[in-house]
Amino acid sequence: MTENAHATVTPSGIEIDLSQVPAPVAAAIDTLDAERAPQIAVDLGLTLDEYETVKATLGGREASLTELYVYSLMWSEHCSYKHSKRQLRRFPSEGPDVMQGPGENAGVIRVGDGWAVAFKMESHNHPSAIEPFQGAATGVGGIVRDIFTMGARPIASLDSLRFGMLDKARQRYLFEGSVEGIGSYGNCLGIPTVGGEVYFDEAYEGNCLINAMCVGVMREEDLTRAVGSGPGNPVVLLGSTTGRDGIGGASTLASQEFDEAAENKRPAVQVGDPFTEKLLIEVCLELLQRGGFVALGDLGAAGLTSSASEMASRGGVGIDLDVRKVPAREDGMRPFEVMVSESQERMLGVVTPENLDDVMATCERWGVRCAVIGSITDTGRFVVHDGDLPAGQDIVADMPAALLADAAPVYDPAFRRPAYLDEVAEYNPYHLLLESTVVDLSAVLLTMLASPNVCSRRWIWEQYDHQVQSGTVVLPGADAAVVRVGLPGRGAVTNRGIALASDCNGRYCYLDPYVGAQIALAEASRNVSCVGARPAAITDCLNFGNPEKPEVFYMFKEAVRGLSDACKVMGVPVVSGNVSLYNESFSQPIHPTPVVGMVGIIDSLDEVCTASFKQAGDTIILVGETHDELGGSEYLKHVHDVTAGTIPRLDLGLEMDVQSTVRDAVRMHLLSSAHDCSDGGLAVALAESCISGHLGCEVALDDGLEPVASLFSETQSRILVSLSDDKVEEFEKLVGKHAVPWSVLGTVGGERIGIEGKVDVGLGEAAHIFDVTLEDLVNQVD
Amino acid sequence: MKRYEIFVTGKEGIFDPAGEQSKRALANLGYQGIDELTIGKLIRLDVEDDVTEETVREMCRKLLANPVIEDFSITLLEEA
Amino acid sequence: MAATSAATATAVAPSVSVTTRRPRFGVVSFPGSNCEQDAVNALRFIGYSAEFVWHRSTSLDGFDAIVLPGGFSYGDYLRCGAIARFSPVMEAVIAFADAGGPVIGFCNGFQVLTEAHLLPGCLIRNENLHFICKSVVLRVEDSTCEWVDLAPGTVTSLPVAHNEGNYTCDEATLARLRANHQVVLRYCEPDGSTALGGSAPNGATDDIAGICNEAGNVFGLMPHPERVTDGVNGQTQGAAFFTAIARRIERGVAR
Repeated sequence: MTENAHATVTPSGIEIDLSQVPAPVAAAIDTLDAERAPQIAVDLGLTLDEYETVKATLGGREASLTELYVYSLMWSEHCSYKHSKRQLRRFPSEGPDVMQGPGENAGVIRVGDGWAVAFKMESHNHPSAIEPFQGAATGVGGIVRDIFTMGARPIASLDSLRFGMLDKARQRYLFEGSVEGIGSYGNCLGIPTVGGEVYFDEAYEGNCLINAMCVGVMREEDLTRAVGSGPGNPVVLLGSTTGRDGIGGASTLASQEFDEAAENKRPAVQVGDPFTEKLLIEVCLELLQRGGFVALGDLGAAGLTSSASEMASRGGVGIDLDVRKVPAREDGMRPFEVMVSESQERMLGVVTPENLDDVMATCERWGVRCAVIGSITDTGRFVVHDGDLPAGQDIVADMPAALLADAAPVYDPAFRRPAYLDEVAEYNPYHLLLESTVVDLSAVLLTMLASPNVCSRRWIWEQYDHQVQSGTVVLPGADAAVVRVGLPGRGAVTNRGIALASDCNGRYCYLDPYVGAQIALAEASRNVSCVGARPAAITDCLNFGNPEKPEVFYMFKEAVRGLSDACKVMGVPVVSGNVSLYNESFSQPIHPTPVVGMVGIIDSLDEVCTASFKQAGDTIILVGETHDELGGSEYLKHVHDVTAGTIPRLDLGLEMDVQSTVRDAVRMHLLSSAHDCSDGGLAVALAESCISGHLGCEVALDDGLEPVASLFSETQSRILVSLSDDKVEEFEKLVGKHAVPWSVLGTVGGERIGIEGKVDVGLGEAAHIFDVTLEDLVNQVD
Repeated sequence: MKRYEIFVTGKEGIFDPAGEQSKRALANLGYQGIDELTIGKLIRLDVEDDVTEETVREMCRKLLANPVIEDFSITLLEEA
Repeated sequence: MAATSAATATAVAPSVSVTTRRPRFGVVSFPGSNCEQDAVNALRFIGYSAEFVWHRSTSLDGFDAIVLPGGFSYGDYLRCGAIARFSPVMEAVIAFADAGGPVIGFCNGFQVLTEAHLLPGCLIRNENLHFICKSVVLRVEDSTCEWVDLAPGTVTSLPVAHNEGNYTCDEATLARLRANHQVVLRYCEPDGSTALGGSAPNGATDDIAGICNEAGNVFGLMPHPERVTDGVNGQTQGAAFFTAIARRIERGVAR
């Protein structure tokens, strides 16, 4: 602690230098009385210690009602990351490609030739658990706003979803509703939904996960930040009217466990209006293009409160707003309601007085509502006026902007290694291997292809417009989506691309959070490598339970440590992200699910590879090698209903070598196909390459393992490739240079999936099961 | 047989983008004096006489309306 | 991809000797359109001039052909195309079409054309109640349509992406469409046949994917030719839905 006569340390450990706190603006303010204020603070989710800190930032006085609402939201877990902040500092966030790391609406990286890509992933778990269609739809809306706020045109979306098993009607309702909501919103915006993942596991039954990722493209010079500046500059609010919907919505919900009690706190559900969002995209990008905004930010969780205070604090300025100038959807809204409303499709902009007419006229031309609601000041205070009150008594909140945004308490929650981790690690599936030597492995492969976690996702992505904008090079269903870089509407079409993938195996993370999180990165990275892209940077969405439970926090801490260690080794920075805690229902936390959203760079779209076998006679090669690693596998879960064992090891050095081998081979045009071996192991990977290529295969696996392990073990760092005979020699040289293990498995061709001595399945039968399973699961009747 | 008409509309305070955009479109076509425009659903339900209104109400709560975001009203049209 | 467009250009060359005027396409942008940039990009890739036309414009002077693009005009909340149909530009589009000017509408543009009564029938919700985005197989029918550069009987594929693509009309209209050779495209099986019970993914009447007006200058279709024109996903077959009309314009035949 520094020696400072003016410093005060609040009960929650925040040091505040009072001499640096800007002086209040209001001569008088209607504060809550000292008796009631602490109780209201607690009702709004603050602790008593936190309320004392609030008072300290206000110079020792009690807060007004509006102020208390504002502070309670800004200091909620959802807005302040108070439980996770210290851990997140572990992530590497810098690199030669990084233009903007965490702390803005989205991360931005350079992708070559003056092009840049903005991207971020965000959760909308809690709203979706209440109303899946609108919850998922508005989740897409929120993340899309984060992207165009940066000056980038959104060109692709991905969604990472988790539900309980589909034999339960409620889970089917949540799944179908979420998929429809994502589709309806993204399709209307004209942003292709090109990829993502979905897993089904009992662990998500009471708390589904809806994580949406959006990617936008821009010229490097178009990068815009939400940094308010220029005292006297008008502050404008664009887009929808402000209603009572979502009051205390995302921010309150996402900061508490979801259980029956939450029914009473149920906020008015936010309804998405993708049409207005589409207009906002166009009007904002048009104005940003000609420098119309000094700063632009979207209204997400905690609405006007968080976007205005963050804009002011980032710019080191003050901001004055009048709630009565905010176009209201309903009569009689109280100032705090206007400030915390989470009505969707709204943007906050700072403009210069000279540009104001252009901004208003452009909004008018697009039919977008635009109102001047205040101005930037030099006071350093976030001041809220109620224009209905007499002048001189109209200030309902007067808060130091920087402290409001940045002085939120930060906690180091207690942690304790869950006892179950040792139990599950001791589990040895050996007896299942022996038993399985007598079973019909062809039948087991078909069973695996009918696992909801393995089968084709066609039913989902056919409901998403995945081709609008005409930039989708590799369609959904591949290891990674590939999207062309460019702005066709501005006459700029390039031959560059980006590869996008999202990954996380929650079961692995439940069994081993450190390695499980590392595998999420390794797999996402392997996926983009399979299409030929260089892994460039990630965003993440860390979904966990209640951090105030030591066991849950241990898992969070370990996963963050694992992911950040792996990012450092692989040289992949984390440029944006989101934390979603309190994902529990009836006290059962979800599987720890740190989802990784990866962006890879492709310098030439002529050098792209896909997973499907291309021509009969091609040689099939496995890069990497298989070990007996069935712990935590899809095989154990789907066939034996067991979630236990030691998960596959991960050697990051080998992983990087395997990936760079395949990337080089793609670039040298050596490969016909490349496909990651993951859930379901080598047998499933082979079947997938056969099914998508409409070609069978004849292979032999001479790895000396028990047949089941050989087929379904989920050993990491393996990529299945195929290539024509005339390229095999050159490929051998390449693998030799990279010194990675590899083996020739067999050849592409025929109408059967043949694995010598183990599996012989008709391609048609396998393809049918793979294709229809998800649809059948959705349409089942109890 | 009797016929029920069920009107399903957005709950008070729930945003209705369809109504909002239609209202603006009418204004753009020159129609003035429109205060509110709400879009909902009309469901016609013909049932046997022994199906009670309480049962119909239950059907609405369970399936026909989404109680999270929608209200409904039931009108008995004709009784045989 | 370049090969295809070059081939088209060569094939066209002899008949363009009279004039070498580049056709100028106007691509209307309604609030909520989201395929207008794709359309402009596709047309420019083939080598034509293409510009956006704002929905509040009242004049189409200088344009040789008009494109109503896909998207969700005004959100399509009330009924697809219902509000866009009243945009100021639509009066000009109707006058342009009535005078024989070539107009094409795909997806939402097709829906706007039916709402504006430039084409008969309407497009209702897909039979399976889901949005459908996939590549579909189509058979080119023997029609009066001026837009299609493919021989009748040709089997091609184009992507569709719609929620309301289920073409519906009454019996009398259907009979007229057939009698007047106004059915331009039908959904079909890969071998060009029609499956028992129909081949339409969306439940469309008589497997109809695209129709034209009696004169053949106004063409509406649910699939998206503009998405498979510039070769981004290895496909260029969409160009054939723009080249025929361009050749007519170049020859001075259209309008």
